[in-house]
Amino acid sequence: MRDVAIIGAGVTRFGELWDKSFRDIGVKAGMLAIGDAGLSGSEVDALFIGNMSAGRFINQQNIGAMIADYAGFALKHIPSTRIEAGAASGGIAFRQGVMAVASGMHDVVVVGGAEKMTDVDDASSNSILDSTADQQWEASMGATMASLFAMIARRYIHEGLATREEIASVSVNGHAHGALNPNAQFRKAIKLESVLRSGMVADPLGLFDCAPISDGAAAVILCPMDKAKEYTDNPVRVAASTQASDTLALFQRDSITSFASTRMAADRAFKTAKLSPSDISVAEVHDCYTIEGLMAAEDLGLYERGRAGKAFLEGQTLFDAGKVAINTSGGLKARGHPIGATGVAQIVEIAEQVRGTADKRQVKGARYGMALNLGGTGSAATVSILEGI
Amino acid sequence: MSSTAREWREIPGRYNLKGSKCPECGKVFFPKRSMCPLCRRASIGKMIEYKVERKGTVYTYSVVYDVPEANKRMKPYVVGMIRTDDDILLTAQIVDVDPENVEIGMRVQAVLRKIDDDGPSGVIHYGFKFAPCE
Repeated sequence: MRDVAIIGAGVTRFGELWDKSFRDIGVKAGMLAIGDAGLSGSEVDALFIGNMSAGRFINQQNIGAMIADYAGFALKHIPSTRIEAGAASGGIAFRQGVMAVASGMHDVVVVGGAEKMTDVDDASSNSILDSTADQQWEASMGATMASLFAMIARRYIHEGLATREEIASVSVNGHAHGALNPNAQFRKAIKLESVLRSGMVADPLGLFDCAPISDGAAAVILCPMDKAKEYTDNPVRVAASTQASDTLALFQRDSITSFASTRMAADRAFKTAKLSPSDISVAEVHDCYTIEGLMAAEDLGLYERGRAGKAFLEGQTLFDAGKVAINTSGGLKARGHPIGATGVAQIVEIAEQVRGTADKRQVKGARYGMALNLGGTGSAATVSILEGI
Repeated sequence: MSSTAREWREIPGRYNLKGSKCPECGKVFFPKRSMCPLCRRASIGKMIEYKVERKGTVYTYSVVYDVPEANKRMKPYVVGMIRTDDDILLTAQIVDVDPENVEIGMRVQAVLRKIDDDGPSGVIHYGFKFAPCE
């Protein structure tokens, strides 16, 4: 297997982009990444696109062909593949791209992630999100995605692993970073009281515990490490990109206060990269719901079980706290969560951090960073570790 | 809207909590499975129908305020995970009790209720919910 490098990264504004279509944002992110890598575009020999549900959000399938066409690749006839894995679609598309380059099958690959969610009403949007749980035995029985994570949060509190305030502080951390990210959907710091007082979505989780509905896209360019210097002076090495699965339904698990898929993917990633959690300076973790981000920090081994809550509450997760900085992009809560784009946007953020281009939210001296992207209630997980060269 | 067949074929599970038991290791599953994830090939074609206990305790729950279209008239409602007396965990609504009176460890039993429908003139789908034990 060849070592793989990220040589370019791009992300659109995330938010309610009323004047932009799916193809507008998908192509924009790709163009930003290609520009960042200093490519003309003709070097690209494959596309991988993470997208969860264009079929239901914009009634368009065959997304691989659509993006290849509007990105100007239709006349080159390069392969273009769309990957779906719920909210892990983007991260798993990234891993597919990494494998394609590592194997020698392709040399220059664009990995994109995109979702256009605001073309449907909120009720439809929620119903689409709920379909990443077990439709037949969870969603149909009245379980929404928010309520599944609320049930995890209730167990967390019941077992003494975190307090309600600690769980809420994951949102405060995200917003503090979102305020420093010009592409974030919410660029405003918030207080803990605002999270605790926000309207109930699924008790004990309120509106400010939940990621918003967003439009957006992100992209990265991959090539073999030994060719990276031909394109850029500042490549990022993909030290590991792993993936794990678990039961589709949350109720089929032995424990709901830890995701085995996250633990397995993280374990495989640290082994592949020959690193341990103490080597990590910055992490993007999947916090579609606050409790999910808190649990992720523990499942990744960044904190011991029952300890992440205190770290979030005390601000140890902030970019300038000198510990592991978590969700410096704002996370899913503040940066926004256009489903298929999220996993790739996490990679963009970590790449920016380890190559030292994260501007106002730069974590000092960050060499290794990691990203965790989850689908459903942890039924799909992918972890990547990136190294600044 | 789903086809009627999609709901009809799930009636054994939805009405009567019928799952599967592996004849090799004895482990029970709900909903039904065509193979045991532990015994794998040895269990294929041999899984036995298993009727899950209808009584259990609340393992965790949430009061849902941001409700799906189908449950609009029940807002807010309670959804929970129930651990049945034969140690199967499943997800269902918890009904016939004020949301503020639901708690972890509460004893509940399965009841047959309307789940949703295919519109005012469409088919009504029934299935299990859980209510406090009498």
